[in-house]
Amino acid sequence: MNRNAYFGLFIVVGILLVLPFVVPNSFYLDLVIRMAINAVIVLGLNLLIGFAGQISLGHAGFLGIGAYASAVLPTHFGWHPVLALAAGAAATGLLAAIVARPIFKLKGHYLAMATLGLGIILNIALRNEAAWTGGPDGMPVPAMALFGYELNNDKQWYWVIALLLSVSVWASLNLIDSPFGRALRALHGSEVASQVVGVDVVRYKVAIFVMSAVFASVMGSVTAHYVGFVTPNLADFFHSIELVTMVVIGGMASVYGSLVGAVLLTALPQALATFEGWETVAFGSILMACMVFMPKGLVPTLAAKFGKGQ
Amino acid sequence: MLPQFLQFLFSGVTVGATYALAALGFTLIYNASNVINFAQGEFIMLGGMLAVYFTQAGLPLPVSLILAIVIPAVVGVLVEKLAIEPVKGAETVTLIIITIGASLFIRGLIQVWLGKATHSLPSFSGDAPIEILGATLLPQSLWVLGVTALVVVALWYFFSRTLQGKAMLATSFNRLAAELVGINTSWVLFMSFAMSAALGALGGILVTPITLTSYDVGIMLGLKGFVAAVVGGLGSGLGAVLGGLLVGVLEAMGAGYISSSYKDAIPFVLILLILFFKPRGLFGGKSTDRV
Repeated sequence: MNRNAYFGLFIVVGILLVLPFVVPNSFYLDLVIRMAINAVIVLGLNLLIGFAGQISLGHAGFLGIGAYASAVLPTHFGWHPVLALAAGAAATGLLAAIVARPIFKLKGHYLAMATLGLGIILNIALRNEAAWTGGPDGMPVPAMALFGYELNNDKQWYWVIALLLSVSVWASLNLIDSPFGRALRALHGSEVASQVVGVDVVRYKVAIFVMSAVFASVMGSVTAHYVGFVTPNLADFFHSIELVTMVVIGGMASVYGSLVGAVLLTALPQALATFEGWETVAFGSILMACMVFMPKGLVPTLAAKFGKGQ
Repeated sequence: MLPQFLQFLFSGVTVGATYALAALGFTLIYNASNVINFAQGEFIMLGGMLAVYFTQAGLPLPVSLILAIVIPAVVGVLVEKLAIEPVKGAETVTLIIITIGASLFIRGLIQVWLGKATHSLPSFSGDAPIEILGATLLPQSLWVLGVTALVVVALWYFFSRTLQGKAMLATSFNRLAAELVGINTSWVLFMSFAMSAALGALGGILVTPITLTSYDVGIMLGLKGFVAAVVGGLGSGLGAVLGGLLVGVLEAMGAGYISSSYKDAIPFVLILLILFFKPRGLFGGKSTDRV
């Protein structure tokens, strides 16, 4: 790992350590927590989109599996929340692997189509199986308990999620620099060339897809416990799009881009609330403008401009 | 038994024709530019909503319909000129985000301008149902099917008999080679956006008297059109039409015989099965990749 990247990690940890003491009130603390949760999901998704060059349009579906595992298993079956989280993650990983294997043998937009379909089917099931999921209205989620302590206020959640985020940034930086990460970048560059030098393209793609899906599932569980309530909106198509947008706006294949994308797009709806009715128009315009003027995303574009790439 | 089956078939084929028009739109743009246009559904919505707006404003039906096709086509061209052409050659995901941005923009504008209410359009030739073997067929369904059939024939003629159509086909096979023989490929891009927006709008107008419309119908219609295009083997025109009809019919049958609350899931189950077992689409040809 090069020194610049480590330097960035120190800055991230530094900001996370200072933030809870400078946010003015609980509204902003909540916003910061949601930014951090999104940042972890986007880090995982960026490994898939930015480094392996594959698109998932159903990541919110994986988020939904985690969230509803954490809601349904403890509520209806009395499972321990940690066990429910693990079960959700395992189920997500399995599903992702089953779906991905045949699809990664194809080229082109087929993963986008398959994940899109999967996400929509999951969402429709969540809305319809009201006896289990509460239907469109959603359902409450029991509190998370770690080692006998119940996590029940925002400050405690903040530290848990800040820790998760720091570890994820560190892990992503390491992963990119590992043989696995180099293989991913190679296959994004040229699949044929990487096959020639002995990279098992399909296996690597499946691995990274499963990993990013599991990331999403775990953070879905975390979101469910933190908010204390889940609705199918968490798993809908629009949320999947939002996540992909965070990756692309921040910058594909950029760890810090993921963080910037997550922070900006989580804050954006708050900022746009002042437009009263024009939010969708404003959001659409911002998406188009960002992509037209900075097709590589914010962080890589700015990094290139100021001449100190990561 | 039979009347019920026929009833499902009629409604499936009618909706399927709309999906087919949307799928043709996806295919046109995909062939010209490799872009999957997620704003396609919004053109369907625009067609329906504008037709409602102009007829309610008192314009005669034919004038309203022409305006409701021409305006979306202009919007399509604007999207292409302002947002797609400047980033030619960008990564697929960047282009996808741009079309999603465009779709939000269009949907948001219509929501602000025409509100969130659901609207209906009077049928073109009355509502007296036609009885066939115990099932009923709405006259509007005949309009949908007839016009779709005409459009398919017209497109076939355009692509196989006219120089412009052949130029578009050539570009979809190999852009560089097309440019080398003097085809203006940016004109091809321009035409494909105009045509696919117009096709979507036409489908939206035709089906509105049956299914009603509102500012947010575009998302699902567009996604199902996308499914139809992939079912038919992305890039194939005939495949798009058959894919659209198949998706529509299966959806209607599923809603009728299995579960109406899972109706919207059926096209997506279908696409997953096809990707697993017949990945080139039901009607797509074999293709080989060049290094």
